[in-house]
Amino acid sequence: MEKLRYALFTGCTAKQSTPEQMMSTVAVAEKLGIELVELTEASCCGASHLQDYDDFLSLVLNARNIAYAEKHGLTMVTICNTCQLNTAMTKHRLDNNEELKAKVNEKLAEVGLEYKGTSNVTHFLYAIIDDFGLDKLKEMVVTPLSQFNIAPFYGCHNIRPSELQNETHKTAENPYNPTSLDDLIIACGGETVDYEEKNKCCGFHVELQAPHTAAVLTGNAIAGAMDGNADWMVTPCPLCHLKLDTQTAHASKAIGREVELPVLHMQQMVGLALGCTPAELGLNHHLAKVDFV
Amino acid sequence: MSIEHKITTQKVNFKVFRFNADEDYLPYYENYDMEVTSEEVVLDILNRIKWDHDGSFSYRRSCRHGICGTCAIKVNGRSTLACKESMNDMVELFGNELVIEPLSTKRAVKDMIIDKGDFWEKHAAVTPYLVADIDENPESENLVSPEDAEKLDEADLCIQCGACHYACPAVAINEDFFGPAAFAAAYRFSADVRDNSTSRLADVNEEKQGVWDCVKCFECAEACPKEINPIGKITKLHQMAFQEGIAKNNVAVRHAVGFKKSIVKNGVLDEGGLVLYSEGPAIVKHIPVAFKMFTKGKIVPPWGITKSENLDEIQKLVKSSSTVKF
Ligand code: SF4
Ligand code: SF4
Ligand code: FES
Repeated sequence: MEKLRYALFTGCTAKQSTPEQMMSTVAVAEKLGIELVELTEASCCGASHLQDYDDFLSLVLNARNIAYAEKHGLTMVTICNTCQLNTAMTKHRLDNNEELKAKVNEKLAEVGLEYKGTSNVTHFLYAIIDDFGLDKLKEMVVTPLSQFNIAPFYGCHNIRPSELQNETHKTAENPYNPTSLDDLIIACGGETVDYEEKNKCCGFHVELQAPHTAAVLTGNAIAGAMDGNADWMVTPCPLCHLKLDTQTAHASKAIGREVELPVLHMQQMVGLALGCTPAELGLNHHLAKVDFV
Repeated sequence: MSIEHKITTQKVNFKVFRFNADEDYLPYYENYDMEVTSEEVVLDILNRIKWDHDGSFSYRRSCRHGICGTCAIKVNGRSTLACKESMNDMVELFGNELVIEPLSTKRAVKDMIIDKGDFWEKHAAVTPYLVADIDENPESENLVSPEDAEKLDEADLCIQCGACHYACPAVAINEDFFGPAAFAAAYRFSADVRDNSTSRLADVNEEKQGVWDCVKCFECAEACPKEINPIGKITKLHQMAFQEGIAKNNVAVRHAVGFKKSIVKNGVLDEGGLVLYSEGPAIVKHIPVAFKMFTKGKIVPPWGITKSENLDEIQKLVKSSSTVKF
């Protein structure tokens, strides 16, 4: 197989409050022989808030990010569900509306750029599944995670709106019964935990303005995984990770029950199975201690 | 040439929610095995449960045409209009074990029938009608141009089925929250050129009940059988708040505006700076968690942020492309 190459859109979180997300992405890509060209020029995607304030600005900035991936002639790979949604939504809107595309390009031209629509946008989770292949991943596992019950936590913006997301990756995901993360857990040799909250919201986006709603959602998610006998949780979204890993005190209070579980990034789980060291994967950066390795 | 239309059948096990508020203390699930034909919709199954298995089984339906919204229920957690949803599609999506439930098990009155009182209360609370000074003896028709009609973005196609409302996690947690259907209705009238209500937009911008408490989960967009995309309307209501100058200076609004400020400064977000900008002095409540994050190397100080390369380009674009002032 030809070496897989992607333009990596890191998003802001992997460079700031989840450094381990960045470390483990790099470590896993190296093990899998995937080349990542970091889009160092990229700006924040607006994280589903900027467009509430200024939709056109959000479109222009996201189109600019994609334009850089196009310059490299590569598919853009994201490592955050919300980055994935915002970028894919921009792409969808521009590819389906010539007038809007022209307006956006008028702005981009001011800085010598053009959005053409030639690069696809996918999440690293789907790049592994669609392009690398789970069978191949399975063959590369050196430390099967067979002693662990692992609770997948999908995160809203990878699975909804399904129409849009299924445009960007090849294996269609049913948002009411998603399977990608479960399949990945199985490929790594682990046992998946089926629980009601696995495809529900973690509450991240209203942590500041609606803290009670956010805390209840977080609490319910961890409680669901605990009741399913999970040893730990795994998520493809650094925002879900932040919520589930750092907000356990508020969440416990909100639902009246002590909840806490280690919450690994999807890359950290794959890295463990591929034999990366805990240090390479940044497992020491979590608040809910990862003490099983 | 005639195309042969073949009807196929398959065995399906239905696990059906049963509850009678007058008699039962707790709900229970009844199992029904049936041969389902490729011609049937979910409503046919509800009918057959009633006609062939248990005459007391209760559900609502009226138009049988996907336009009255009364037959909305959940199949394997997915909201659906029973009269519109093909059984074949359900089996394809979920396999041969299907769980049939009302839109909200908490609000069940009898089997599939729920008390939609909260839904209607919230609908009524957003002034879901046109507010306009009407000339009772107009000389000509009050015409709306096709462009202006398009601004409603199909929000007027809502059939009040409640699928989005009972799929919304914020509604489930916060009893003040209007919910996606009420917002879609609020948008439908706020976007109407003939409307001149002054209170509706302010109401849907109130903290706790309004659009700022939406968790952005897209459950409503997924649930809506009419493809209204309620969260799309919520986004538009957010934008209207800025355009019409009624956005309040509160944590939610500053959170949205803070993104632009941060992008101008760094290209990327300054996450700590954003929280500070949004919360103001109230940021102190985050100190215990922030301290723990700091000790784990999860917080980058403002001077440690890697700015985007070609930041001048981003700044130029923000300047020339911004459409909103706040
Ligand atoms: S996106 Fe907002 S309104 Fe829609 S279901 Fe989620 S929380 Fe409710
Ligand atoms: S917006 Fe859609 S799901 Fe919600 S009440 Fe209207 S038709 Fe039903
Ligand atoms: S019976 Fe009217 S929508 Fe189904």
